[in-house]
Amino acid sequence: MDIIFEGIKQALSLLISLDPEVMGITWLSLKVSGTATLISLFIGIGIGTAVALTTFPGRQIVVSLINTGMALPPVVVGLFVTILLWRNGPFGALEILYTPLAIIIAQAIIATPIVMGITLAAMQQLPRKLRLQILALGATRFQMVWLLIKEAKLSLMAAVMAGFGGVISEVGASIMVGGNIKGYTRVLTTATVMETSKGNFDVAIALGVILLIFAFAINLVLTRVQQRERPR
Amino acid sequence: MTANEPRTPILQGENIQVQRGGKRILDVSSLKIVSGEVLSVIGPNGAGKTTLLQALSQLIRLGKGDIYFLGKKVGADMPPLDYRRCLAMVFQEALLFDTTVYANVASGLKIRGVKSPEIVSIVNTRLEQFGIVHLRDRSAKTLSGGEAQRTSLARAFAIQPQILFLDEPFAALDPPTRESLLEDLNRVLRTSGTTAIMATHDQVEALRLSDRIAVMNEGRIVQIGPPAEIMNHPVNEFIASFVGVETIIEGRVIKCERGMATIAVSKNSKTPLAHTFPGGGAGAETSVDCSLLTFPKERGNATTNQSSDDPINSTPSIHLETLAERAEVSLLEAAGQVQPGEGVFCCIRPEHVTIYPGWRHERSSARNVFPAIIDRIIPAGPFHKVHLNGGFPLVAYVTVQSIEDLGLRVGATVIASFKATSVHMIRRG
Repeated sequence: MDIIFEGIKQALSLLISLDPEVMGITWLSLKVSGTATLISLFIGIGIGTAVALTTFPGRQIVVSLINTGMALPPVVVGLFVTILLWRNGPFGALEILYTPLAIIIAQAIIATPIVMGITLAAMQQLPRKLRLQILALGATRFQMVWLLIKEAKLSLMAAVMAGFGGVISEVGASIMVGGNIKGYTRVLTTATVMETSKGNFDVAIALGVILLIFAFAINLVLTRVQQRERPR
Repeated sequence: MTANEPRTPILQGENIQVQRGGKRILDVSSLKIVSGEVLSVIGPNGAGKTTLLQALSQLIRLGKGDIYFLGKKVGADMPPLDYRRCLAMVFQEALLFDTTVYANVASGLKIRGVKSPEIVSIVNTRLEQFGIVHLRDRSAKTLSGGEAQRTSLARAFAIQPQILFLDEPFAALDPPTRESLLEDLNRVLRTSGTTAIMATHDQVEALRLSDRIAVMNEGRIVQIGPPAEIMNHPVNEFIASFVGVETIIEGRVIKCERGMATIAVSKNSKTPLAHTFPGGGAGAETSVDCSLLTFPKERGNATTNQSSDDPINSTPSIHLETLAERAEVSLLEAAGQVQPGEGVFCCIRPEHVTIYPGWRHERSSARNVFPAIIDRIIPAGPFHKVHLNGGFPLVAYVTVQSIEDLGLRVGATVIASFKATSVHMIRRG
C-alpha cells in the first residue's frame, strides 16, 4: 500500500512541478490520441451513418464486421500496422514506423470501429419515420442526414468518449508501432509499462494517475456537454 | 370526380401503384383533390392509407403512376424537391427534434433557408394559433402527447404548405386532447384554406373534418364522396360495416312500388352474413322502373350455394308472402329503387332504430315495426348498444337514461321500429 501512496504523492509533485518530461509525455499522449479519435469520428460517423440508413446485399455481414471491429485487440492492430509500415512492407517507403504518425494510424484503426458501431446503433435507434418527417419538411438528402446526425448527438458523444477512452489507455499498438522512444514516441501508457518493468513503481503509478486524471477530465467535459443537452 | 368540377385539381394521382415484397399494396387509378378541400382517407389497418399518403407526397417511390401538382407532372415538369417543399406532413407520432419547441416549429423554415427575422414572426404566429406560446422554450422531450402533436402541427403549418398530409394525427391521443386538437386543426385548416388529406381509422374524425371521404381497402379506394353519401349510401358491404352501420341484413326484394320496396328477410338464420362482398361498383342505385309485382326467376348466381333450410332461396318466390304469414320470413319496407328478385343487403344505422317496451302501445309512423328480444346490452359511452333479435339481428342506440326509464334488460321483449327511409339497400353482387 505504501507504494501506491508514494506513487500518488509523486504524481502530484510531478504535476505540480510541471516536470518537463512528464508534461511532454502527457501532451504527446493527448495529441496522438486526440488526433486518432478525430480521424475515427470522420470515418466512423460517415460509414456508420451510411450503413444505418441504407440497405444493400450483405449488410448484415458488414454490421457484424463492424461489431467485431469494436473488440479489435490493439496488439493485433499493432502487429498488422507494423507489418505494413515495416521497411520492406508495402508502405515501408513512407518511413513512418516508430513515429507519432504511426501511433496515430494504429489508434485510429482501433477507434474507428468503436465509433462506427456506436454510430450505427444510435442511428438505427432513431424512429424510422423521422427520416420521412425530415423529408416532408422539405429537406434535401444531405440536410436529412445532417439532421439525423444532430438528432443522434447524445449517442455520438458517447462514441467520442468510448473511442478516445479506448485509444488513450491502449498500450500494445503504441509500443509496437511507436517504439516508446524517449521524447519522441513515448506516451503515458508505454512509459508506464517501461517504468513498471524497471521496478520504478512510484513513477509508474504517477504516470498511471496522470492518465486517469486526464481520462476523467476529458470524459467529465464531454459528459457535462451531453447532460446539458438532456431535458431536465 | 364529378363532371362539373370547377377547378384544376391541386393534386392529381394517376394510376398510382406501389409494390412491397412483390405484393401490390397500393393501386389507385385516379384521385383528384381540389384546392382547399379536406379529404379523409378511412379504412382498416393495412388498407393502404399511409402508403397512399406517402406515395402522393412522394416520400416513397412509386412503382408506377404519376403525380400532378397544379397540372405539373412531378419529376418531369417540376423537381420532386420543389414539390415536397409545397407540402407538409404530420404523423401519428409527433416526431419532434430533440431541441426546443421554438426550434422545432422553425425547422421547416430553416431547411428552406428563410431569414431569421421572418422565421421569428411566422413561428410566433403558429405557436399562438395552436396555443403553445407558453411552451416556446421548453425542450420537446418534456412535452405531453397533446403538446407534442400541437408542436408538430405548428411546425407543419409554419411552412405554409399548399397541401397538408395528416397520417392518423390524433390516434395516439386521449379523447379530450383529441377533441380540442381536432377543433384547433379544423379552425386553422378552414381559415387558411389549406388543402388537406388525412388518413384516419376514426370515422367520426373523418366526418368532422372532411369535405370528402375516401374509403380504402386492400390498397384500393373503394368509395369516395361527400361524408353523407359514404355514411348513408355505402356502395358495398365492406364499407357499410366499416362506417358503422351496425345492422346489415341479407334479403331479397319481393316487390317495389313507387320507390318503396318490400324485402323478405329470412328469420333466425344463425349464420352471419357473408362477409365477402365483391368489391367496387356493385350496388349502385338502379333507376329501372320496378313497378313489377311479379317475381322474376331466380338468378343463376344466387342459387348456387344456398342451404336448403333457407326459406327464401329454396322456396319459389311466389310463396314468400305466405311464408311471412307463417313467420318464416320477415318483411321489411325500404325506400329505394330495386328490382324484384334482387338480392340486397339492408343497412340500418343503430341511431335510426327506436325501441319501446312491448306493453306500451305507441302508434308509430315508421313502416317497420317488429317485436324483438334483447340479446345483449353493451355500454358505449353516452349510449348503450342494444342488440336485438327480431328474427333478424338489429342494433339500436339507446341513451343510458332510457334504458332505466324503459326498464330494458336482456331477455325482455320490446318493439323495435325504424322508417323505410332508414333502410339503405345495397344490391348484392
